[in-house]
Amino acid sequence: MVELITEYGPMVLSGLGLTVALSLAAVALAVLFGIMGAALRLSSNPVSRGIGRSYTTLVRGIPDLVLMLLVFFGGQTLLNNLGNATGRWRYLEISPFMAGSITIGFIFGAYMTETFRGAFLSIPVGQIEAAKAIGMTPRQYMARIVWPQIVPLALPSFTNNWLVLLKTTALASILGLHDIMYNAHQAGRTSQEPFLFLLMAFFIYLGLTLVSDMALRALGRRYALR
Amino acid sequence: MEFDLIWQHRDLFLEGVWTTIWLIGTSLFIGGVMAIPLALAQAYKVRYLGRAAAAYSYAFRGTPLLVQLYLLYYGLAQFELVRESLFWPLLKRPEICAVIAFSMNSAAYVCEMIRGAILAIPKGEIEAAEAIGMSSVKVTRRIIIPSALRKALPAYSNEVIFMLHASVIASTITITDILGAGRTLNGMYYLAYEGLITAAILYLVIVFVVDRIFNRAEKRFLAHLVR
Repeated sequence: MVELITEYGPMVLSGLGLTVALSLAAVALAVLFGIMGAALRLSSNPVSRGIGRSYTTLVRGIPDLVLMLLVFFGGQTLLNNLGNATGRWRYLEISPFMAGSITIGFIFGAYMTETFRGAFLSIPVGQIEAAKAIGMTPRQYMARIVWPQIVPLALPSFTNNWLVLLKTTALASILGLHDIMYNAHQAGRTSQEPFLFLLMAFFIYLGLTLVSDMALRALGRRYALR
Repeated sequence: MEFDLIWQHRDLFLEGVWTTIWLIGTSLFIGGVMAIPLALAQAYKVRYLGRAAAAYSYAFRGTPLLVQLYLLYYGLAQFELVRESLFWPLLKRPEICAVIAFSMNSAAYVCEMIRGAILAIPKGEIEAAEAIGMSSVKVTRRIIIPSALRKALPAYSNEVIFMLHASVIASTITITDILGAGRTLNGMYYLAYEGLITAAILYLVIVFVVDRIFNRAEKRFLAHLVR
């Protein structure tokens, strides 16, 4: 067993980089989508609010893997038909990494929308009114009053979303991305010891969860509102 | 879009819908039944058991369901002990593995919800029950469990949706659930969207129905909390 681990273990571990990279790319997109979604939901324009609400409803209604496969297979065809129709490009390829990070980013953007919306709503209105009263422009009070408070307020919900996102990236293995999950499955197949290597993947993911849990909690203490 | 093909294969999608509903229904039931003792052990800080339940819940919530499913379906089959055991005819079936994996996963999440709900029960309710002479078992059975289950209801609707979303990975171990049906259709005719979009719409409809059911249930079981 020790030999097997030294032989195939590095292969499983080599997926760690991809899992982390995919998660980080997806979470960056998710934050972006989340801020846009929250801005839409909080807008005074009913059309914007409607778009924001449809976004969150759609994501709650369609499972992640279905969306991922749609983007990966359908998006490819759609993109190339679009390119041919407009004559702008002939062939573009959506790599599994792009499909994975964009879809996961899009999905968690909907959850982040709620995160940022909730955080914004828990800032007392009086503070914004006070900022307006002393003549701050929206840009100024967003940058000076709202943003610095959003970080600590959004952190607990952000942590939750990040932990779920991290686990969701395992689905990207179905698109053929060589992440921890994919490599563990392959190592298990070649070595005929699937249990061993899947268990290894189990503990790597658990380790990732533990580490991010602790790190984000420490960050929460650092930014705690006093 | 080739709507004819979707209509021609409506039986395939009906089978998919049935499989998905059956899969998550069974898993949620078993998971829910497992969750109650786990939550009680944690909330009452039962020696060893409480810690074990907490560790179980953390481990199953901290790892992808896909890993858990593959561990059961691909992993267990490598052991001769398992293959020769009484349970092998069951464990070699993908549906059974999916139900076991989903139930264990659901139990971990629901256990956390119920634990939270138990801790949120007002002390006064429990003291009042004790004051009229109920034994601690009776307090648990008549006051704590019913109250905790009701209070966990809003969070539980999210768990049902989550389970529905998570159940799509059943299609990766050859089960024809809704996504499986969509992928089969796409595979048969080399299509890019039709099967997947049909699946997406079916899932949307189920989510809509589930939300409606829970709204009704909340109105009924949490009526006393509405102000």
